[in-house]
Parts: sequence; C-alpha cells; structure tokens
Amino acid sequence: MDGYQSEGLLDWTGPLLEGALVTLEIAVLAYFIGLLLGLLGATAKLSRFRTLQAVGIAYSTLVRALPELLLIVFLYYAGTQLLNTLLDTLGVSGSVAISGFVAAVSVLAFVQGAYMTEVIRGAIVAIPRGHIEAADAFGLSPRQRFKRIVIPEMLPNALPGLSNLWLILVKDTALISVVGFEELFFTAQQAAASTRAYFTFYTAAGALYLLMTLGSNVLFERAERVVRRGQPTA
Amino acid sequence: MDFGWVDNAVYLGFLWEGFVNTLILMAVSGVLGFALAVLVALAQISGPRPLGWLARGFTTVIRGTPLLVQLFFFYDGVGRLLIEIPGIRETFVWPVLRDAFFYGILAFTISVGAYTGEVLRGAMTSVPRGELEAARAFGLSRRTILWRVWLPRAIQICLPTLTGEVILLLKSVPLVSTIAVMDLLKAANIIRDETFLVYEPLLLIAGIYIALTLVLTLGMRTVETRFPGVRPATRQPQCVATAG
Repeated sequence: MDGYQSEGLLDWTGPLLEGALVTLEIAVLAYFIGLLLGLLGATAKLSRFRTLQAVGIAYSTLVRALPELLLIVFLYYAGTQLLNTLLDTLGVSGSVAISGFVAAVSVLAFVQGAYMTEVIRGAIVAIPRGHIEAADAFGLSPRQRFKRIVIPEMLPNALPGLSNLWLILVKDTALISVVGFEELFFTAQQAAASTRAYFTFYTAAGALYLLMTLGSNVLFERAERVVRRGQPTA
Repeated sequence: MDFGWVDNAVYLGFLWEGFVNTLILMAVSGVLGFALAVLVALAQISGPRPLGWLARGFTTVIRGTPLLVQLFFFYDGVGRLLIEIPGIRETFVWPVLRDAFFYGILAFTISVGAYTGEVLRGAMTSVPRGELEAARAFGLSRRTILWRVWLPRAIQICLPTLTGEVILLLKSVPLVSTIAVMDLLKAANIIRDETFLVYEPLLLIAGIYIALTLVLTLGMRTVETRFPGVRPATRQPQCVATAG
C-alpha cells in the first residue's frame, strides 16, 4: 500500500501532459473536419434543392437536440460496428478494432459539424445581398464568388460563434474518456485511482483544461483582428 | 431492431426512474442555479470590488473546464476529502454526502450559476438606465427596484437565451450516469449490458430526449410570449392597440 501512496503528482506530470497533447490533437482535427462539415451543412441548407435542404435540416436539428454524451456513446458503437459489417461484406475476414483516435475525432467532428452548420448559415445569410449580386455582375464563377466574397465576408460574422464552438469542443473531448479513450481526463482518472489523490488530480486536469481554453481565447482575439482588417472600428 | 425488452417490468422501472431523476435534477439545479446566477451577476455589477473579482474568477473557471471534470471533482475529489473529516459520519448530513445524486445537483447548480450568471449580467447591464432612475425617482428602495424592476426587465431581455440554457441543462443531465446516478442513459446502459442490444435502448432514450427538448422549447416559447411587458410585436395584434 505504501508503494501507491509514494506516487504523486510529479510522477504523473508526464502522462498528464501527454494526455493534454492528445486532447489538443483530437480537438484541432475534429474542429477542422467539423468546419468542413459545417460549410457543407450550411451550403446544403441554403441550396435550391429540396433534398439537400432536408438533409441539412435533419443533420443540424437532430444532432443539436440530443445530448453530446448520448451521441458519442451511440456513434462510437455504431461507427465501429458499421465499419466491421462493411469489411465483412467486402470479404475482409476478422473484425477490425477502429483506432480510438479515429473514432474520437470523427464522432466529435460529426457533432461539431451540426453546430457549425448553424453558425455558418447565419453568417452567410447576414452578407448583404448586393455584395453577392456585385460578384455576379463582375462575372465571377460560383466557385470564385464563394472563395473571394462569401468566405471572407462571412468570417467576421461567424468568428464569435466559431470561437465559442472551439471552447465547447475542447470541453467535449473529456466525454471521449467515457468510452475508454486515453486523453487528458482519462489519464487524470487513472492517476487519481492509482494514487487515491482524487482531489489533486481532478484539480490538475481542470487547470490544464482552463489553460487550454484561456490560451485559445488569446488566439481567437488575434484571429478576430485578422478577419476584421479593413473594417471600420466601432 | 428488437424492442421486445420494452415490456420487461424491470427495464421499464429503470427507464421510469431515470426519467423522473432527469426531471428532478433539472428542476432542482435549474432553480438553485438561477438563484446563484442572480448573485453572481449582482456581485459583478454592484458588489464590492473583491466580491466582483471572486464572481468573475468563479465564472471563468467553471466556464473554462469540462462539466464532466467538475462532476468528478465534486463527487470523487471533494467527496472523498469530506470522509476524512472526523465525526462527519455521525452527523445528519452524512447520508446526503454519500449520495451521488447530491453531487450531480451540486455540480449542475454551480454550472448553471456560472453560465446563466454571465447571461444575466449582460442582460442586467442592458436594462435602460432611465428605467432604473425612474424607479428611484418613485422612491422605491434598492431591494424593491431589484425585485420589481431590474431583475424582471433583465429576464425579459434574455428570455430567448435562457431557453437555450434550459436545453443545455437537459443535455448535460446524462453526464451523471458516469457517477452512477440512475438517469436515462444509465438505464439504457444497463439494458444494453443485459440484453446485448446496443442501439435499441439508445434509440429509445434518444427519442425521449428529443420529445423533452420539444416540450421544453414549446413551454419556454409560451413563457416568452406571455411574459409581462414583452414587445407587442410578438403578441396578438389586438394587444398592440392597448399597449400604445
């Protein structure tokens, strides 16, 4: 028993920091995939085609109406099983365990994408109609118009929402620990259980999350200045 | 899809208990959390400096860390420290302090207090100064101004945001399944472990959550339109004439 007690915060600093790094990796990857899904979702919701609209609405409404933890548990099992059935029908023998990392990133990205859809859709709708028409009058192709007009004009509107979603995402990564994936909070739980210093390790984990969220606030403030360049200051 | 387990009385009992617990958790921590939110907002707006800093720090820490971590911090971290206090086992609070449900309510109350406190702070500062000055000119005491003018006006301003906060609270309830409180997700997990059906129980509770979200949203919509003094534009047309 004495062996357990002599283990302390210092012995676990390395693993905890590693866990924090994994958390950041998952969050960054899921964020950018989510951003992509959000762009697709918003485009679908704003498109002329009824079917695409319906898909966009169903995606963003359903995912946002359900608790994240429920979605993560569900998608984690469903995703793994789906891939295995797929491999079975393709004739690849034996079940493949999806790497926890891939599952964690895709589940979080899928959930994040639904929230992004709403933020980006709102930001695109807020672009003055005349600007889009001007782009058409200049003879820009739809793709050019999207890249040169819609994206740069939408970003200042979307950024507050996007930074909010990033903070939510960083905090949601902790939910992945529930399905047994080793990130920051899972490591903290293991450390707490093996040293029985629960208070210390949960405080440490909380401090690391706080560091991440406060740190990213600084980055987002800088990004806001970049996307708002050329705009009159209030 | 196999929903044969649905008429199993034991499983139904779990689901019902989970459903009731979800509602209790929401109601209790919603009300307590809102009271805390008023204090947090007031401390930052008109409290003494140190109290304002304390409230500011509290909000930053709670909003900057995952709720799951907070839940474990209170349940495992603080909960286990409390056991060390000599003599606490004999006191009347001990049964409460051993109950995971209590820690769920504690964590949610604090979380609601921080998030809603921030919303309320914004709303309270955007109540037009003239209205508060008018209240003072009428000779109302500070307490009466707070209860009869300032707070009601602030709530009226941020009602749509409060609706969002209620839904967020509902969606964070399943987190308590991780500290062994029987909620809907915990019930679904038990059914999954015993019947080896992965999707069916989860789909069923997903349906319950969607229904709850719908009911809560509609309920809050009603509150939003009925709330005294809400802009006539959102009301029935005949109110416009009388409100003029």
